[in-house]
Amino acid sequence: MAEKMALAKAINESLRRALDADPKVLVMGEDVGKLGGVFRVTDGLQKDFGESRVIDTPLAESGIVGTAIGLALRGYRPVVEIQFDGFVFPAYDQIVTQLAKMHARSLGKVKLPVVVRIPYGGGIGAVEHHSESPESLFAHVAGLKIVSPSNASDAYWMMQQAVQSDDPVIFFEPKRRYWDKGEVDTEAIPGPLHAARVVREGTDLTLAAYGPMVKLCQEVAGAAAEEGRSLEVLDLRSVSPIDFDAIQRSVEKTRRLVVVHEAPVFFGSGAEIAARITERCFYHLEAPVLRVGGYHAPYPPARLEESYLPDLDRVLDAVDRSLAY
Amino acid sequence: MTVESTAARTPRRSAGTKAGTTGTKRTTSTTKKAVGAKKSTEPALVQLLTPEGKRVKNAQFDGYVDGITAEELRGLYRDMVLTRRFDAEATSLQRQGELGLWASLLGQEAAQIGSGRALRDDDYVFPTYREHGVAWCRGVDPANLLGMFRGVNNGGWDPNGNNFHLYTIVIGSQTLHATGYAMGVAKDGADSAVIAYFGDGASSQGDVAEAFTFSAVYNAPVVFFCQNNQWAISEPTEKQSRVPLYQRAQGYGFPGVRVDGNDVLANLAVTKWALERARAGEGPTLVEAFTYRMGAHTTSDDPTRYRHDDERAAWEAKDPILRLRRHLESAHHADEGFFAELEAESEALGKRVREAVRAMPDPDHFAIFENVYADGHALVDEERAQFAAYQASFADEDGGK
Repeated sequence: MAEKMALAKAINESLRRALDADPKVLVMGEDVGKLGGVFRVTDGLQKDFGESRVIDTPLAESGIVGTAIGLALRGYRPVVEIQFDGFVFPAYDQIVTQLAKMHARSLGKVKLPVVVRIPYGGGIGAVEHHSESPESLFAHVAGLKIVSPSNASDAYWMMQQAVQSDDPVIFFEPKRRYWDKGEVDTEAIPGPLHAARVVREGTDLTLAAYGPMVKLCQEVAGAAAEEGRSLEVLDLRSVSPIDFDAIQRSVEKTRRLVVVHEAPVFFGSGAEIAARITERCFYHLEAPVLRVGGYHAPYPPARLEESYLPDLDRVLDAVDRSLAY
Repeated sequence: MTVESTAARTPRRSAGTKAGTTGTKRTTSTTKKAVGAKKSTEPALVQLLTPEGKRVKNAQFDGYVDGITAEELRGLYRDMVLTRRFDAEATSLQRQGELGLWASLLGQEAAQIGSGRALRDDDYVFPTYREHGVAWCRGVDPANLLGMFRGVNNGGWDPNGNNFHLYTIVIGSQTLHATGYAMGVAKDGADSAVIAYFGDGASSQGDVAEAFTFSAVYNAPVVFFCQNNQWAISEPTEKQSRVPLYQRAQGYGFPGVRVDGNDVLANLAVTKWALERARAGEGPTLVEAFTYRMGAHTTSDDPTRYRHDDERAAWEAKDPILRLRRHLESAHHADEGFFAELEAESEALGKRVREAVRAMPDPDHFAIFENVYADGHALVDEERAQFAAYQASFADEDGGK
């Protein structure tokens, strides 16, 4: 049944479905109950599923993830909310030293089906620590899976798949797209969680992005088309693993690649993609793989974020540079 | 009588506290005062067996061990002796190069066996990395504890096989896992309990504070069992806390009790009491077992650099094994035959462990890629294939010769 809904609402509906389908699924976090989360993503869930399924927690991120690990060891499937990207760091130790490694350490005897939801990225005029994109810091850690939907339908289905995964999944939600509406077919058969998707076909250059930057790249492709350039846009959807086969297929066709993300370029996911695609497609490339992203600086105050974040012109500039080779 | 009332009778470190709030040269003056004030303000311990092996009365806790039989007492003694023998063997194996590292429990046998024997099979244990005696009580093969120290794995047993989680090396992390697990136990409506072990050093970690908060807020059936062995590597307890550790519980709203960590009976009784509270839905308890690490922190450590020999000598007089032996002998609960038989059993255990360690094969190279993910991961698959091709290139070379 297809229905138009905002991305945040799609996650809400998805969590509702997960809670309904499996009594072992729990939703935990600061303010997720009565308030419904600061973005209202968990709105109404506590009312319908009760305080023992939708749990308001103390303000302690390490405690949220650490107790979720214990609950998972007991057979539960916790979906925890970290209120904002910059607040995940108190929990980083539990995520990296415990959540990511326990399955391997136990030689496969225990499973950690924990989803860590993180609203991430900028563009909403927030204060410090509320606009960061730390996905590379997690992608570097073996044992974690990292995904980021760009639209309502993916948000709905990828959350279903993340909850069902026996691996820990860091679920990065593009907060500036929370209010974007899209069709969600709740009876569709979703594609693989970690498969990239071509969202716009093109022949001259590939733009690869995920989460909040997919919409921007679609706008860039539209603008470029007016200048007679045919850009292909890939929504990577997953940062760990990354669907390199899909990027390779596209680059073998277009011979040029620009990777766009909000996170700082230095040591970012774009660097990994550039390295691997150069290795895989060396003889196909007409230009070096270029990256557009944040600078090696703390995320700036809101009045400066437009200068920091990739925008239409910065991506178009990279497209021009690539095509000039 | 509650444990809080025990605490309330205890003189506080008023000098140190006042200095901490009013003094200007805080660091030097308060540290000196706190250390100097230590002896006069030492809180009373729950003790059922004196260092001389004499049974002493305790109105609150006697009930938990009154019915204990001579056979059960001999069992506790056997557990402690075998655990110490195993520990000594592991230390030797490290010295002989068979283990990369060992964290000895020497001196902490009573805290571990007493608390470990208080548990039911359906209780769940979250240890740190020194709980060899608790592992023994849970039925984990001691040889399996050595795999991670030898470097053949990072675990070595199925946590669900004996309800004994893997050792956790990051200090205090497991107290949160225990709390979450206990929250799950409560959700399931089960009447089992969970116990989390940690040390005096770990009490400084934020995770332990968060575990106290969560367990109190959700009334989780968890017992926090802190073995205060006086030293966190080279840092004394005074560097961790300005108040006796068991008093921390008050601030979170649940009881804390300090038990003589070298008295196996007291540890058994107090842990049973705490577990009973958990089962009855009364929430968490903090037990501080006041004990002493007689050896080094690990085989890499050198305690002669930071503590005096006379300190160890003072604690040796309170040895947990000697104490129970004295009691068994004076109460005529054990004869020479028992001790001789146990000695032989100890030697056999040492031999078995030594042989088991030496027989441990190095893991297969491909174990690197096993169990990184439960559901697989494209990058791991790719790198495994690359590794296989690389390994196969050597095989081809060998074949060509």
